[in-house]
Amino acid sequence: MGASPSISIAIVGSGGAGALTTVNSLLEAASAAGWHGLFTRTMGPQIRGGEAAGLLRLAVHPVECLPDQFDLIIGIDWLNAHRFGGEIKAGPQTLVVSDPRGGEPLPMVAQSGARVVEIPMKEIAKSIKDGRPNMIALGIASRLLGLSIEQVFVPIAKRLAEKGAEAIKASRDGIKAGFDAAAGIDFDAQLAAPNPSDTRRWLLSGNEATALGAIRGGVRFAAAYPITPATEILEWLAPSLAKIGGVLLQAEDELAAINMIIGSSYGGTPALTATSGPGLSLMIEALGLATAAEIPVVVVDVMRGGPSTGIPTKSEQTDLNIAIYGLHGEAPHLVLAPQSVGDCLFTTQWATYLAETLQAPTIVLSDQFMGQSRAAIERPADVAFIGARTVASNISGTYKRYALGSNGVSPMAIPGTPGCQYTADGLTHAETGTPTSGAADHLAQLDKRRDKLDHFNFGDHWASVEGTGDLALITWGSLTGAAREAAGRAAADGFDVRVIAPRLLAPVQPERLAAALEGVKRILVVEQTHSGQFHRYLRAHYDLPAPVRVFNRPGPLPITAGEIHRAITDWR
Amino acid sequence: MSSVSTRPACKPADYKSDLKPIWCPGCGDSHVLMSFTRAFAQLGLAPEKVAVISGIGCSSRIPAYTNCYGFHGVHGRSLALAAGLKVTRPDLTVVVASGDGDGYSIGGNHFLHACRRNIDMTYVVMDNRIYGMTKGQPSPTTEPEFDTALTPGGTGVAPFHPLVVALASGANFIARCFSGEPNETADVLAEAIKHPGFSFIEILSPCVTFRPDEKEWKDQVRPAAVPATNDQGKAARRLMTDDGFNLGILYRGDRVPFQAAVAAGASDTDLSELEKDFEL
Repeated sequence: MGASPSISIAIVGSGGAGALTTVNSLLEAASAAGWHGLFTRTMGPQIRGGEAAGLLRLAVHPVECLPDQFDLIIGIDWLNAHRFGGEIKAGPQTLVVSDPRGGEPLPMVAQSGARVVEIPMKEIAKSIKDGRPNMIALGIASRLLGLSIEQVFVPIAKRLAEKGAEAIKASRDGIKAGFDAAAGIDFDAQLAAPNPSDTRRWLLSGNEATALGAIRGGVRFAAAYPITPATEILEWLAPSLAKIGGVLLQAEDELAAINMIIGSSYGGTPALTATSGPGLSLMIEALGLATAAEIPVVVVDVMRGGPSTGIPTKSEQTDLNIAIYGLHGEAPHLVLAPQSVGDCLFTTQWATYLAETLQAPTIVLSDQFMGQSRAAIERPADVAFIGARTVASNISGTYKRYALGSNGVSPMAIPGTPGCQYTADGLTHAETGTPTSGAADHLAQLDKRRDKLDHFNFGDHWASVEGTGDLALITWGSLTGAAREAAGRAAADGFDVRVIAPRLLAPVQPERLAAALEGVKRILVVEQTHSGQFHRYLRAHYDLPAPVRVFNRPGPLPITAGEIHRAITDWR
Repeated sequence: MSSVSTRPACKPADYKSDLKPIWCPGCGDSHVLMSFTRAFAQLGLAPEKVAVISGIGCSSRIPAYTNCYGFHGVHGRSLALAAGLKVTRPDLTVVVASGDGDGYSIGGNHFLHACRRNIDMTYVVMDNRIYGMTKGQPSPTTEPEFDTALTPGGTGVAPFHPLVVALASGANFIARCFSGEPNETADVLAEAIKHPGFSFIEILSPCVTFRPDEKEWKDQVRPAAVPATNDQGKAARRLMTDDGFNLGILYRGDRVPFQAAVAAGASDTDLSELEKDFEL
């Protein structure tokens, strides 16, 4: 077997055994050596204890989805791994390295025809002073993946710097012992040499990318209420905002968080909060206020399985309906969705820019998969989307906060500006902001708020459109990566597939989608929902000028490129 | 208090907007509006440097009747909105207006945390012990036997004790006023604005429409017999045993107000330091 452009490894261990640290170190070592990678963690609902697995895919190209199956699975412990066993697919080509004292490999793995090699990782660890089985696993993985002991040791030494020389030595000895124990194991999969990069790569999670994107876009205030899987956005923002003169306030609940950012933005400081489905539900009323009072705010929803508490640690695309339709009354606002870890940065920055420019609340629909995955990527380019709000100054005569005009965006007075005092209001209001229940004012302001979104030119960023085939895959969010990969495989079969993934979900862009769909003969909609929310959304707002099939499945299992590829192949 | 204008002093009328208030004749809230404008004039605040923030209810109409910046937000969330404003705009004087339904019922949780957070702003609750705007339902401060269409025969539920809750939650200034004494109320409001941290004023503000019995309040209120204390223990005893009609500043704490964390040498424009986190 020759060199492969991509290779995947899973390490399973009991919680606290360090399986995740091990995989993270592998990612860091491989990234430093020039490969791209994507690391996701999977675990049961426990905070400590139970089983956890780190899933890693390394490649010569950017990685945006998990593999169909793993090339190498290292099982330190299998005890409760059935909780997420569906995510660790094996096949006859898979090599499983298992500790005989860690229980039997998962039935799915055992029955896949995978080759199983036993290495007593725990026993080897005991022979080393302060040795830990995960370091043995790291040594094994490094040898099999073609990384040197030095390469995988660098990130470990960095991580253990504060723990002192003994801890570092114990780890190094463990890695060496694992490396030696893997000698002679026959493992055919080899990763092709990395493509050289001119720039320093970045290693970050989608949640971190989201946070940086917000700051690049001009956000200087965040309100925070913790919720899985969005908390990392807020935890990264807390020290980062302080470093650049911004503020993060911990809120007492999501109702407070959304109102705090409305207050900040009203005062002239661009603001964001991040949450997940249950929090978004609580924020909906105030999002209507921000729509009516025309206050720009950004709310990031890192989607998880729902409804209710659902599956907090697993991804799903099921908040589409609430994000688009959740607000009562007629409330035009923006909904955007990033497509990968790196795109979380761009899309959140763009969202901030759009919110500020259009004086409208903007929801960013990220998800657990890309939010909590770490990826090695090229440094995202600097783009010019920095919030520039139209503000009122030097007004002669009566200031009208909600003045009607050609494009619907009226100058917003920032408190402190003399002569422009007004009261922002959720009540239907006249141009001055004065409450009214008159039909003419109501209609005029509804028109204004609709028109400012409808008349804005969102440009090419509204979607990513790739390929020219007459079968179009329409998908969104983090499924875009798997769809692209499936299209790549179809192309390798000699079958061109078009991939269309809107980044801008609201306001809808029917003319742009019509252009993107020109000439298609079949449309395959791919989404991670139970009811086909995205398909229904497309049906409601767009012409779909060809027969449509829908491939949808709810979480928690990710939809793989292989599954999408099969759906394409079945319809050729 | 954060800002003093250098322009010629404004008169109370300069803080009033052109809108004619939509309150019932005799409503206590009209007098509270007078107290607001008198306090602002007394302090010489520039109208554009004052933000009056409210939720929903009769009392929450007040921002639009001032000539200051205002925000009439959603029901119960004014304190949160004001917090986001004040921490990013410490130069503004932020006054939050609420009522017993907006502030103690739907907004109750925010009340606790605003006291605890101790951001430098002033919270005025116009308490009339009834939901007026929805035509007479019991609020958290309504007496248990008060009969309403929603609670025939009364609620049977003990009323909330806002001043005690404020003290226990960490409010830094606690006062009670009566709307029928607008000058005294203006003086207390000016003191509250000047006092660092979170200041809470309960203003007894009769609802003459749904609580005509509250017309008696003018005969029941009295100036508190003892001056304000800064001792939480003494204040707790005093507030717990009070009959609800002692007026004046009852507690003046000395807690340090909330300060946003700002790293030394913070630069607004250079993000390279932040981006280093991610470089391999």
